Amino acid sequence: MPIRRTATAALLAGSLALTACGSSDPAPAAPGTPTEISVSLFGTFGYDEVGLFKEYEAANPGITIRYESTQGEDKYWPALQTRLASGSGVADVQGIEVARIADVVQNQADLWTDLRDTPANDAVGRYIDWKEKAATTPDGAVLGLGTDIGPMGICYRSDLLQQAGLPTDPAQLSAQMPDWNGFLALGEKFQAAAPAGAAWHDSAGGLYNAIISTQQQIYYDASGNLVYASNPAVRQAFDTAAKAGQAGLTAKLEQFLDPGWDQGFGSGRFATIACPSWMIGYIKGKAGEAGAGKWNVTSLPGGAGGNWGGSYMGIPASSPHKEEAAKLITWLTAPEQQAKVFAKVGNFPSTTQAITEVSGATDPYFNGAPIGQIFSKSATSAPVQILGPQDGVVKNAMTQALLAVETGGATPDVAWADAGKKIDNQVG
Amino acid sequence: MLIETRAAAPPLDVPAAGEPLPPAAGAPRRRSWRSRLHAAEARTAPYAYVAPFFAIFLAFGLFPLIYTAWISLHRYRLGSRMSWIGLDNYVWLFSNPSFYNALWKTITIGVLSTVPQLAIALGLAHLLNYKLRGRTFLRVAMLMPYATSVAAATLVFALIFGRDAGLVNGLLGAVGIDPVDWRNGDWTAQIAISVIVIWRWTGYNALIYLAGMQSIPADLYKAAAMDGANRWQQFLHVTLPGLRPTILFTIVVSTIGASQLFGEPLLFGGGQANGGPANQYQTLGLFMYQQGWQFGQLGRAATVAWVMFLLIIALVLLNAWVARRRTER
Repeated sequence: MPIRRTATAALLAGSLALTACGSSDPAPAAPGTPTEISVSLFGTFGYDEVGLFKEYEAANPGITIRYESTQGEDKYWPALQTRLASGSGVADVQGIEVARIADVVQNQADLWTDLRDTPANDAVGRYIDWKEKAATTPDGAVLGLGTDIGPMGICYRSDLLQQAGLPTDPAQLSAQMPDWNGFLALGEKFQAAAPAGAAWHDSAGGLYNAIISTQQQIYYDASGNLVYASNPAVRQAFDTAAKAGQAGLTAKLEQFLDPGWDQGFGSGRFATIACPSWMIGYIKGKAGEAGAGKWNVTSLPGGAGGNWGGSYMGIPASSPHKEEAAKLITWLTAPEQQAKVFAKVGNFPSTTQAITEVSGATDPYFNGAPIGQIFSKSATSAPVQILGPQDGVVKNAMTQALLAVETGGATPDVAWADAGKKIDNQVG
Repeated sequence: MLIETRAAAPPLDVPAAGEPLPPAAGAPRRRSWRSRLHAAEARTAPYAYVAPFFAIFLAFGLFPLIYTAWISLHRYRLGSRMSWIGLDNYVWLFSNPSFYNALWKTITIGVLSTVPQLAIALGLAHLLNYKLRGRTFLRVAMLMPYATSVAAATLVFALIFGRDAGLVNGLLGAVGIDPVDWRNGDWTAQIAISVIVIWRWTGYNALIYLAGMQSIPADLYKAAAMDGANRWQQFLHVTLPGLRPTILFTIVVSTIGASQLFGEPLLFGGGQANGGPANQYQTLGLFMYQQGWQFGQLGRAATVAWVMFLLIIALVLLNAWVARRRTER
C-alpha cells in the first residue's frame, strides 16, 4: 500500500509539474499522516448502514471518516449550494442526486474536482454506459462517481390481485400487460372486482414517472433546449396517467408527502406501485413485518427498461484532501461494495460487474421475486436519458398537475396548460 | 423594550450645557459640583446601555433588510453569481399569477384563522374571568398549544385530517358524511390549516384578553349586575368597550402573524412549498421559500420578501389609522 501511494503521489507531482500551473492545493498528505475525510450525503446511501466507513478506516491506518447525512435531498442541496458559493463548510465528499447532475455539469464545473486528475480516474470506465456520461462535461471532465441507479419494475400486492381474480405470478402478470394501455386495462379489471377501498395504482404522478422513465428524450433535447412541451412522449405519459386518475384507478395519494401514502403500503390502499429498485427498501420499511410475503415484483409493461433516480459522489474543488477523498469514493463505489450495499439496503449497483454479480438475487420479502434479474434487465435495456438542469422543476409541475387532475381539481387539458405556465414562468 | 426606555430616560433630567437653569431648582447647583467625568458618564451611559440592542439590530435587522433589497435588484441563482437586472424581478412578480394566488390565499387563510381565533379567545377569556373552580389549571391548559412546536402540532393535524384513516373523517363518517380529501381540496385544505393556527393561538390571545379584562374595574360589573344586566349584556356593554385597546393590539399582532404564515402550510403539505397540487394553500411565505430554496432563485425570493415587508408595513399603518379614527370618535 505505501508503495502504491508514493507512486501515485509521484505521478501527481509529475502531472503538476507538466501542467506547470500554480495550484494552491496543499501537497498530498504523506503516507501515514492522519487525515480526516468528511463525507456529507443525503437519504440512505447505505455505506454507514453496511459498515463500509469503519471497514475503510480499518484498512487504511491514519484515515478517519467524518460522516453526516441529511434526510431530505430537497434540504440538502440548497444548503450545499450556499456553502459551495461561500467556499467554506463543504465536505471532502458530497452526494449529488441524478436530478442535479446536469446542473453540476453545465453550471458548476469550476466548483467540483475533475476526477480524471485523481486516483478515481481508474474507476470511471467500470460503469454502465450512461451513468458516467451524465457526470461528464463537454470538455470531458468527470465530476462525480456513480453510486446507485434506479432501474424500474412494478411492485404489486399479490394478495389484493388474487382477491380480484388477477394472476399473481410475475411472469403471467407481465404477459397480460404488453404496454401501458394494457396496464390500465388490467387496472379496470382489478377495479371491477377489487376489495373495498383498494385502488389499482397509488398515484397518477407515480404512474407518470414510471412511464417517462423509459424515455430517452424527456424534458430537454440533446442540444440542451427545453422541449417538454413539444415532446410527444411527455404529453403521452401525462395523458395516460391523467386517464388512469380520472378513471378512478389511482388512490390519489401524493408520493412521499401525503402521510396516507406511507400508511397505504400496509393498509392495502393500492395494489400496484411504480417500483424503482430503491422502492424495495422503502416498501419493506413502510409495510413492515406484516407485509412480508404480500408483495411481489414484475417488470414494466412490455418489459421496457427505465431509470428513476440514483446518485453520484463528487469532490468539491475547495477540498484540501482531494487525493484521499478520491481513493475513498473509488473504493466505496467499487463493485464489491456496491453488491454489499444492494444486499443490505437495496440500492441497485451501477457498475457492470456488480450488476452481473447481483443478477441472481431474490428477495424472500417479495415472495422470492427474482429482483436481481428484473432490475438488471431493466438497467441494461434502459435508454441513455438526456438530463437537463431544470428537470426537477418540470417534473414537479407535472406531478402536481396530475394530482390536481386525479383529485378532481382540473381537467387534463387545463392542468397541462397550468403546468406549462408555471414552468415557463419559472424556467424563463 | 422596557429596559431601553428606562435607560434612555435619565438624560432628560440633566439640563443640557448652556441652558439657563430654572430659578427654583436647587438641585442643579449641587450637580455642578460633580466631576465632569460623572456628568459625561451620566450623559453617555444610557447610550452604552442601548448600544447592544442597536448593534444587534444593525447586524441582524437593518443590514439583512437592506441587503435583501439589494439582492432583489439582481438575478441571483443559488450557486452562481449575482448580475444586475434592475427592477426585472418586480416586473416578473407583479405579472405573475402565482404571486396573486399566494397573496389571495394568504388573505383567505388569514381571515379563516384570525376571525374565529380572536372570537373564541374573547369568549374563553370572558368565561375564565369569572370565579371558576380550577381556574389556574384552565388558564395554564389554555396556553399548552402555544408551547407545542409548530412542527409536531402540524404533523399530528396532518394525520387527523388524513383522508383514509384520519380522525376527522372518522367522526364525519359516524354521522354519515362521506370522507373528505382535506389536503387536496381547495377550501378544505385552507380550513384544515386554519384549524391548526386557531388551535395554537387561541389560548395565547385569550390570556392577553384576560389580562386586559382584569384591568376593568370590578365595580362596573357590580353596577351592571345591580341594574339587572345578565352575563351576555355585561360582556357586550362592559367588557368589550373596556377591552378595545387590547383587541386592537391582538388584531395587529394576528394580522402580521397571518401574513407571515409559513410553518403550518409547509408541513401540512409534507414539507413541500407547492401548497397543494393547485397551490390552493400556498401562502406568500411558502411562495418566497419556493422561489429561493426549491427553484434556487434568490433574487426573486428577495423580491417577494421585500414586497411582503411593504405589505405588512401598509397593514400596520392601516391598523393604526383605523385605531386613531376610532379613539377620536
